Amino acid sequence: MGEAIAFYVISALILGFAVLVITTRNTVHSVLFLVLNFLAVAALYVLLTAQFLAVIQILVYAGGIVVLYLFVVMLVNLKRPPEVHADPHRRSSLGFSLSVLVLAELAAIVVYGRLTPAPVAATAEGTDLAVNNVERIGYLLYTDYLIPFEVASMLLLVAMIGAIVLAKREL
Amino acid sequence: MITPTHYMVLSAALFMIGVIGVMVRRNIIVIFMSIELILNAVNINLVAFSYQLQNGIGQVFAIFVIAVAAAEAAVGLGIILAFYRNKETINIDEMSVMRW
Amino acid sequence: MIIDTYVIPLLKILIVLNATLVGVTFMVLLERKVIAWVQVRLGPMRVGPYGILQPIADAVKLLLKEDITPARADKWVFTAAPIIVMVPALITFAVIPFGPAVRLFGRDVPLYITDINVGLLYIVSVASIGVYGIILGGWASNSKYPLLASLRASAQLISYEVAVTMTLVSLIMTAGTLSMVKIVESQYMAGVWYAFVQPVAFVVFFIGALAETNRAPFDMAEAEQELTGGFHTEYSGMRFALFFLAEYANMIVISSVSTTLFLGGWLRPFPNVAALSFLDFVPAWIWFLLKTFAFLYVFLWVRATLPRYRYDQLMRLGWKVLIPIAIANIIVTGIVKVAL
Repeated sequence: MGEAIAFYVISALILGFAVLVITTRNTVHSVLFLVLNFLAVAALYVLLTAQFLAVIQILVYAGGIVVLYLFVVMLVNLKRPPEVHADPHRRSSLGFSLSVLVLAELAAIVVYGRLTPAPVAATAEGTDLAVNNVERIGYLLYTDYLIPFEVASMLLLVAMIGAIVLAKREL
Repeated sequence: MITPTHYMVLSAALFMIGVIGVMVRRNIIVIFMSIELILNAVNINLVAFSYQLQNGIGQVFAIFVIAVAAAEAAVGLGIILAFYRNKETINIDEMSVMRW
Repeated sequence: MIIDTYVIPLLKILIVLNATLVGVTFMVLLERKVIAWVQVRLGPMRVGPYGILQPIADAVKLLLKEDITPARADKWVFTAAPIIVMVPALITFAVIPFGPAVRLFGRDVPLYITDINVGLLYIVSVASIGVYGIILGGWASNSKYPLLASLRASAQLISYEVAVTMTLVSLIMTAGTLSMVKIVESQYMAGVWYAFVQPVAFVVFFIGALAETNRAPFDMAEAEQELTGGFHTEYSGMRFALFFLAEYANMIVISSVSTTLFLGGWLRPFPNVAALSFLDFVPAWIWFLLKTFAFLYVFLWVRATLPRYRYDQLMRLGWKVLIPIAIANIIVTGIVKVAL
């Protein structure tokens, strides 16, 4: 019962902040709502006993990536907000209504697509994955998924060099 | 009782909010942030199934998604800065240099 | 059941928060006194005997000051920025262990608020949230100098965060666990404080901690002589007080974390030497407090002694010196752990 209350409160926060992200006119406020959204998602991960992923979400997403967005928003500080005049070629209402239709279709598939409801994990509180979360994830990362781990490190190195080269003033 | 179906509906809703943000907004930074919302929706789905099947693979996959999102955000924001220095705009309707 | 899950943690939170806030206000006085003694003068002596009541005078002054918000500043963000800096400093205390379980009123009460299995990573991640308050404080002031100073300060913070996190990685490799309580217990099992096992990590962590809390000699971003006062130029009254207190709270937090990780937390000196077991009559949390105060005194001592770094020297130190040393430390720790 406590889990249900926590789930509904956290998902209301997640969806509420996400809607505020895409509707706020002021870009800085939009970025701040994105941070709150990520913190709510981290709370959801704690509810799902993925504690390592929750702190990684806060450390990398909320504490790293969004700081990057905030810096760019401050450096691109325009005098005239970018969406003052509507472009006549753009049909925003069509995009919006199509998205709502796709959401309805996804929800229908998810809710009515099975004959039997999905089973809940039997005792997921004190399981090995929940209590020794870091050890199990670390073991998987270094044995079964070692190659994707090394490839991800190369990807981050390339992205770092690329971002520095792209953002330099003179090459 | 919270079944994985609840998490899938939440993930689908967050995904669609991100897609609406990408299609409706014209500020390119807000479009990038909506893409981050989409990636978070995928992560929620992965972690929910990792919880149900008690298999760590879902969380490992989510860690890689976060790493790729970080790389993509860094490079994308570098491109935005480079473009802004040339054209002084972040309205995606005006970023049409390669069109006729 | 109700008492165990709700009442006892609530009482512990109240005690820890009150102790922190009282400690922070007296840190202000202690800093002025220590710097004065280093400079062969006496410091505040007027208010109360030997100046003991000076923090109360400071608090009353700041509460009664006029509350100014700059014109065309973003009101909500301007008010929220000091709060965003203060909150991560306070919530870090949730995982710091002050002592082992004591027997109070017939039940075993552990002297920490909670013990999560990713405690150390939790501390690092909430510290990275504290950067937002500084960025937003400079941005929301809507004026040039605070904006520049806040960009400098946040760049400094995120650079030194990398170095600090890498030293913590080598510490985690030595301890074998991320939970703060288990790190103290593993120091007890090993019989030696980790400051002697990982001296390089200790030194790099301390230098990184000085930079993370914006303390001298890395206090470029907030010193009065630089950029007219840094990112809290436009703040006055209680909001400025909150920034100020948040810095001291961060100092206390970093000192507590260093004590737990490197100086054995609540263990007595030389826990493996049985000849010194007569020191066991001292309660464990007294040892914790003594070690934390020692760290705080070193913070103040360094401020009184060393001159300030220039911004480019600061960044060069963080990226070109501390990060390679931390990475080398990780490699050496890995080799030693495998070879032994």
